[in-house]
Amino acid sequence: MNILTWLVIIPLLTITGILLVKDARQTKIVSAIGMGIQLIVAFVIVFMYVNLRKSGNTDEMVLMSSFEWFKSLNIYYTVGVDGISVAMIALTSLVVFAGVFASWEMEDLKKEFFISLILLSTGVFGFFISLDLFTMFLFYEVAVIPMYILIGIWGSGPKEYSAMKLTLMLMGGSALLMVGLFGIYFNSAPDGGELTFNILEISKVTIPIEAQRWFFPFTFVGFGVLGALFPLHTWSPDGHSSAPTAVSMLHAGVLMKLGGYGAFRVAMFLMPEAAAEMAWIFIILTTISVVYGAFGAIVQKDLKYINAYSSVSHCGMVLFAVLMMNKTAMTGAVIQMISHGLMTALFFALIGMIYGRTHTRMINEMGGLMKVIPFLGVAYVIAGLASLGLPGLSGFVAEMNIFFGAFEHPETFYRVATIIAVSSIVITAVYILRVVAILLLGPIRDNHFVGLGDAKWYEKLSLVTLITGIVYIGMAPLGLSSLIRESLIPIIDKLL
Amino acid sequence: MMTDFGYTTWILIIPFITFLLLSFFGMRLKGLPAGITGTSALGVVALLSWYTAITYFTGGGIADGGFQKIVAANAVWLNLSDHLHIDMGVLLDPISVMMLVVISTVSLMVHIYSLGYMKGEKGFERYYAFLSLFTFSMMGLVVATNIFQMYIFWELVGVSSYLLIGFYYDRPSAVAASKKAFIVTRFADMGFLVGILILSFTTKTFDFVTLTDINGPAIASKGGAVFMGMSLMTWSMIFIFMGGAGKSAMFPLHIWLPDAMEGPTPVSALIHAATMVVAGVYLVARMFPVYYFTAPEALHIIAWVGAISSLFAAIIALTQTDIKRVLAYSTISQIGYMIFSLGVSGYGGHDGLGFMASNWHLFNHAMFKALLFLGAGSVIHAVHSNDMKDMGGLRRYMPVTNITFLIACLTIAGVPPLSGFFSKDEILTAALHHNKLLFAIEYAVAGLTAFYMFRLYFSVFHGHDRHYHHTPHESPATMTVPLIILAFGSVFAGFLPFSRLVTSDGAPFESHIEWSVAIPSVAIGLLGIGLAWVMYRKETALPDRVASFFSHGYRWAYNKFYIDEVYIFITKKIIFRRISQPVAWFDRHIVDGTMNGIAYVTQSVSSMIKGLQSGQLQKYGYVFITGVIALAIVFIYLVK
Repeated sequence: MNILTWLVIIPLLTITGILLVKDARQTKIVSAIGMGIQLIVAFVIVFMYVNLRKSGNTDEMVLMSSFEWFKSLNIYYTVGVDGISVAMIALTSLVVFAGVFASWEMEDLKKEFFISLILLSTGVFGFFISLDLFTMFLFYEVAVIPMYILIGIWGSGPKEYSAMKLTLMLMGGSALLMVGLFGIYFNSAPDGGELTFNILEISKVTIPIEAQRWFFPFTFVGFGVLGALFPLHTWSPDGHSSAPTAVSMLHAGVLMKLGGYGAFRVAMFLMPEAAAEMAWIFIILTTISVVYGAFGAIVQKDLKYINAYSSVSHCGMVLFAVLMMNKTAMTGAVIQMISHGLMTALFFALIGMIYGRTHTRMINEMGGLMKVIPFLGVAYVIAGLASLGLPGLSGFVAEMNIFFGAFEHPETFYRVATIIAVSSIVITAVYILRVVAILLLGPIRDNHFVGLGDAKWYEKLSLVTLITGIVYIGMAPLGLSSLIRESLIPIIDKLL
Repeated sequence: MMTDFGYTTWILIIPFITFLLLSFFGMRLKGLPAGITGTSALGVVALLSWYTAITYFTGGGIADGGFQKIVAANAVWLNLSDHLHIDMGVLLDPISVMMLVVISTVSLMVHIYSLGYMKGEKGFERYYAFLSLFTFSMMGLVVATNIFQMYIFWELVGVSSYLLIGFYYDRPSAVAASKKAFIVTRFADMGFLVGILILSFTTKTFDFVTLTDINGPAIASKGGAVFMGMSLMTWSMIFIFMGGAGKSAMFPLHIWLPDAMEGPTPVSALIHAATMVVAGVYLVARMFPVYYFTAPEALHIIAWVGAISSLFAAIIALTQTDIKRVLAYSTISQIGYMIFSLGVSGYGGHDGLGFMASNWHLFNHAMFKALLFLGAGSVIHAVHSNDMKDMGGLRRYMPVTNITFLIACLTIAGVPPLSGFFSKDEILTAALHHNKLLFAIEYAVAGLTAFYMFRLYFSVFHGHDRHYHHTPHESPATMTVPLIILAFGSVFAGFLPFSRLVTSDGAPFESHIEWSVAIPSVAIGLLGIGLAWVMYRKETALPDRVASFFSHGYRWAYNKFYIDEVYIFITKKIIFRRISQPVAWFDRHIVDGTMNGIAYVTQSVSSMIKGLQSGQLQKYGYVFITGVIALAIVFIYLVK
């Protein structure tokens, strides 16, 4: 069987395993083993991919396989990867692995929780390997729907409201997306051949410009909702603040990346002419996202809200870079997705761990925690420094690719937008250092916190997994960036 | 004959490994062994740096009658686009080699000194880990082969500085100071980054050798397209200087430096006096040919920024009573000198006098200012206070500190034949040839400098004893030995043949003392010292009388011209209250309100019309019959 399909099968097997075992302890072990194997498979795929490229394979997609699924509509289960998808797969497997260990001490309905969580990850993996729009959409929905259950049952605060809001807004996005995808399907054979959902085949034809003008906005905005495109981002603060730790990690870490990934793999790649025409509108919106999210984060008091607004800013940067339509900026967009995925997962994991100890997420109720929980404190500082783009950590590599790519754009308007976006590096520093100063430094504010225990082994494992990724990309970015750059060539060629 | 300098990469690798070692295993080393590990690693780095300098200056770097730029190592770190790539490497030329010596020497002194000064502090190993991180970053900055590598290490020195200022992280004042330092310099770095964006957009390269080649494409372009009255290059160079001004604490981005004195005193000596804060000077010196040939307007701005900063900071230094803050303002003032000197310099041969003088002053300043800070640390160590009001008569208890501190004060006051005299004389000479007004400003600053330094000296080491908790005593040898070594440096650095080593174009030239400038400048220095002697050697009411005579000016200077208040107004009142809070409110109430509004409208419309599908047959029948009757009426009577 194709190795990519294992990425979907292993989670399903894990779910079956969880159904069969008896108690909570076994549930954790089965999940950890399942996701551990998943992590290994993901890195085997990366390794295989790199070797294929080294041996001179220049196909657009490799490791492909295809099964006929629904003949009359020409729907296939088609999978295949390029450098961008393997990078996203590696990210997802890291975050899911870390997520399992971050929910090691989940108390109620443990079985059901892990089943939903792993089902969600199945959807994400499936999405990244699909090359058939219909299959892709199917996996997309598989990823989004368990979210409702996860937040609604295991969440905190106004969880029903948040779960409903998040699901409805994302479903609204799905509806737009569905219109867009069907629009693409019905225009996939302008010269009268057979209609198809296959991305590679559609990319070979030019969809009529009138159709593109209609369906590009639908598709882009549809994915944009998930990628926190201003002003459709408001599900994010509420959703994240109510979601349990591992769900926030997965959601901000990988699910939001489905938006960015889809936006360029589907919307930009298949409808480049309309994308070029309409880019300016979305550049304005994403520039607003970048700066607005950062300003919004400065005054928040709840750790999760700070991170949610920060995600709006960072994910805005992804869509901003995608719209610049050149290799450097798009490489930056993909690295930013990975970097943000790792660091935001790290943030949410830490917030969950801190909350588990102090039972509050309000920064002004805490203070001086560095003394009490140094491991978590240092990890938080590292996450913060990655977020504000310190060289040596992943965020910097992503941002520099984005800024330099965007500044190469021939039109002054885009370069001015770039300079506005650059200002976010200062605003980010302000809110990150504010949190670090209030939360971790200074004297211990509440004597109840004096005896708190530092990270346990499973928490350390979870955090170290993510930090390793962040530091690796930050220190030696050449490998990842060339992996992505090479795969962007067909996309860029089509855009120009 | 050119030598192979490949080994110089170890100057970067050793401190980095030390940093990793101390961060992961420092806890197990427990205190002193950690300090000794860090110090000995740095000893090796210092040896390598000195060896490099000697080899380079005695022939290893000479070709075609001048010092050449040697790329000792270079590797691609990241490809940005088809023509832009970020490299990591080691570039050796007179200024970078000089900086290697400055950094490694001062850093080694600080490492040794800290063994005594920081003894018994909680987090001793963390302190040494951060010092190694800083040394690594600073070395990476000066040997950068391209402007982007410089930017990367620029950010890293920023974060090391942040970590070290906030070393006592349970003190709210230290936390606030570290945050302020990082954010202010980050703001300046945004300018630096924008400058690099424009620069790479116009020149398509980051590489220093290509950029500063006077026959190269960057300089030949003569500035590129014109945007809002200035060439793109000029814009770019001004933005890049913004980064330099932030790091070097030039007016009006200086506000972080006095607060940064919250860090441990040896850190102030290393980072906030001798090395990191001169990064701005180094940046301009590194890019000097580009400034000179393509952006002379930018150079003009640089001269004025330097002159204003040096005057402004010297005036504030007259009134401060915290010993470290006086030194901090003095640092701003002296860096102002160096920046200014670059601004008035020409290029090539004797025209490049300002360039040479600036680097010379940088070198001398590193020695005497590190000495002043370490001396101040020794005093603080003895009396457990930073305030000059708690000090007096210390010369009787601390002979070594007293003598070395006096030497440093004489050096900064420009008394011959100490090193400060030589470099200051060259700077003033360069200024005189350039602009009389600027010369006058810098001449006045020389007098002010002598006065505030001796005000400090006399109030600390002369006068009456204060009520000390215990009798002050001289510091241990780990602290006094570095003082003595640095004192030697301050005394003899003036005899280095700088004009034959560090010049704007690499070719040596002859410089000699300009007596027509030197004599008046020594005179005003002695005048300053004399005034201080009269006012502060014995405690009298004279200083208070003078202060009240200038009451308005004194209050303004004492409150640092209220620049901090302006910043607080901008950050708290404008950014926090007028931007961030409205944005957060807007997001919750307008954007999210719209979303909730849509949900609410959907819900209320559906509850209005849900009655239509009640499932009650009678109701359906009633509606059906009513409809039929209504239609019948319409058709019978209205439709003919």
